[in-house]
Amino acid sequence: MKYELQPMLPAPSSTTGLLGWLKRNLFSNVKNSIATLLIGYFLITLLGPALQWAFIDSDWFGDSPAACTSGGACWAFITNRMDQFMYGFYPETGYWRINATLFLFAAAVTWMVIEKTPYKGYVAFFTLFIYPIIGFYLLYGGSFGLEVVDTHKWGGLSLTLVLAVIGIVAAMPFGILLALGRRSEMPIVKAFSVIYIEFWRGVPLITVLFMASVMLPLFVSEEITFDKLLRALIGIILFQSAYMAEVIRGGLQAIPKGQYEAADALGLTYWKSMLLIIMPQALKLMIPGIVNTFIALFKDTSLVLIIGLFDILAIVQSANSDTDWLGYSTEGYIFVAFVFWIFCFGMSRYSQNLEKRLKTGY
Amino acid sequence: MMKKTLMTAAVLAASFSGQAMAEGTLNIVKERGVVQCGVTTGLAGFSNPDEKGQWAGLDVDVCRAVAAATLGDATKVKFIPLTAKERFTALQSGEIDILSRNTTWTQTRDTQLGLNFAGVNYYDGQGFMVSKKLGVKSAKELDGAAFCIQAGTTTELNLADYFRMNGMSYSPVVFDTSDQTVKGFEAGRCDAITSDQSQLYALRIKLVDPEAAMVLPEVISKEPLGPVVRQGDDEWFNVVKWTHNAMLNAEEMGVTSANTDEMLKSANPNVRRLLGLEGPKGTGLNLNDDWAYQIIKQVGNYGEVFDRNVGKDSPLQVSRGINALWSDGGLQYAPPMR
Repeated sequence: MKYELQPMLPAPSSTTGLLGWLKRNLFSNVKNSIATLLIGYFLITLLGPALQWAFIDSDWFGDSPAACTSGGACWAFITNRMDQFMYGFYPETGYWRINATLFLFAAAVTWMVIEKTPYKGYVAFFTLFIYPIIGFYLLYGGSFGLEVVDTHKWGGLSLTLVLAVIGIVAAMPFGILLALGRRSEMPIVKAFSVIYIEFWRGVPLITVLFMASVMLPLFVSEEITFDKLLRALIGIILFQSAYMAEVIRGGLQAIPKGQYEAADALGLTYWKSMLLIIMPQALKLMIPGIVNTFIALFKDTSLVLIIGLFDILAIVQSANSDTDWLGYSTEGYIFVAFVFWIFCFGMSRYSQNLEKRLKTGY
Repeated sequence: MMKKTLMTAAVLAASFSGQAMAEGTLNIVKERGVVQCGVTTGLAGFSNPDEKGQWAGLDVDVCRAVAAATLGDATKVKFIPLTAKERFTALQSGEIDILSRNTTWTQTRDTQLGLNFAGVNYYDGQGFMVSKKLGVKSAKELDGAAFCIQAGTTTELNLADYFRMNGMSYSPVVFDTSDQTVKGFEAGRCDAITSDQSQLYALRIKLVDPEAAMVLPEVISKEPLGPVVRQGDDEWFNVVKWTHNAMLNAEEMGVTSANTDEMLKSANPNVRRLLGLEGPKGTGLNLNDDWAYQIIKQVGNYGEVFDRNVGKDSPLQVSRGINALWSDGGLQYAPPMR
């Protein structure tokens, strides 16, 4: 008797390739097949006209609404005003100043984001302490021969970025201090932190902005009048640091007690143990929470439109009121949604990547 | 602690308003070299940024005219966009010198908020827009019609009053934003749109076929819009008031931005007084003698400003209606300059 192995047969064609995938995932039984067909039908009937409107029948360039003849989306409204949507009312000769500011920031951030770059410490120091000064003089001017550009001329995406980046960066250290304060054993520090956090978390951002723009000016004289943008920024930072503090406190509480005791046993001072043992672990744990608040803040910045600051949403809305371009609000809102999505999705992807790299699975 | 802060704030506020009164807005403006003007965050025809980021509109030109009168240069204006809620605070706190922001002149605002209305640069009122297919010529023929209304405005109340007074019935169809209102009208959800007339013209352009709709002549509420200044600074109040009057008088006398220099040679004593060649000139207002000349030369007379921003030279195509000069059957009337 001879035993011989039969040659291996390929898998049944109904389980491999595209057909197999379809059968496994979309048409595995009668109910699923019906659901697939129905959803497919709706997608095609809904998406078809939307794509037709947005791409096939659309006009992309032109100086006036007369250029929009195809009957679909009139993206000329956007492309024609792209400069305004990006730079607001900033004088055209000064666009390079905004570009340079953003480019410097992007370069510094990229440097720190990429894994194997040297001198990360110096770059971080530069970004946190030297860059804000350079950025201020580039954007506002008033020194180094640069003409002063009042903040009421700032607007568009660049204003949104200024608000979000300053809000995010400045709220972080305050948030850490408040979180530590809330867990502190010193009664006054603790009471102050708790009151601060609960107060600012208890009021909506829109109220804070209103207070900053409507009430504050009544209390101070014209000579020491605060810039409207500065008032909004202070409001955002105060508000955001309270939220940040609670996220960080969550991370601090997730660190096992043994870590605190180990730090104490090594004879480290409070600040040293926080800086070297607790914070590096806690911050890693909190990445999803921190990025979540960042994204929320980035979108919240568009609330400044209610105090008359022209962030990207407000400037598109005001462009809608130009008598030469009435009636293109749909295109405008889609554009704003797209811009917000790009930034928020980018932040979200980066946070996932960071989590993977820092191996937070303990 | 809180009480102390509030008291300090109140004292600061009081000391500030006292100081502003002592110095006078006109002097502050001349020193600063720029007029600070509160406008809307975007309202078609009244104040909106154009493609180049320059502000344009009827309300914007009021501020340009004041800058031309006080500083001799219509470009020396800093426009500060304000929302409806902030506008009065911004004026009271001294953040702006003039509020030219589509603001209706009412008794409460004039008497209780510490403000003065320096004239009316646009007589607005709630009106109706209907499809031409309906064949309606007057609002009185709209018995039983369906109306598209924007939620949360006083238009609904005015509409109810009007129909009750005339013993007619109607059915309201309420939308959230003006864009939705237009879409509802186009889809045939209602026979007519009702809103402030100045806004109806802007809504009309948003229609796919603006020619198919028309704005009816009736107005069912009074909305006089004008520039506002702080109460208690009569010098500045006079400057803004007479800036508007000069523009009206210029239109009445046929002085335009194109022919101002020719008109300097005119023998008409009214024109000569307007252009500061004789008469009261700039004394009394504490302005240069050529203040009105600068307004007309750089900004134009009222008719030009109207036509350019909302009237026949703009896409809005608003008819002069009650905003015509009194001599043409409208309400715009300016006291003589002598």
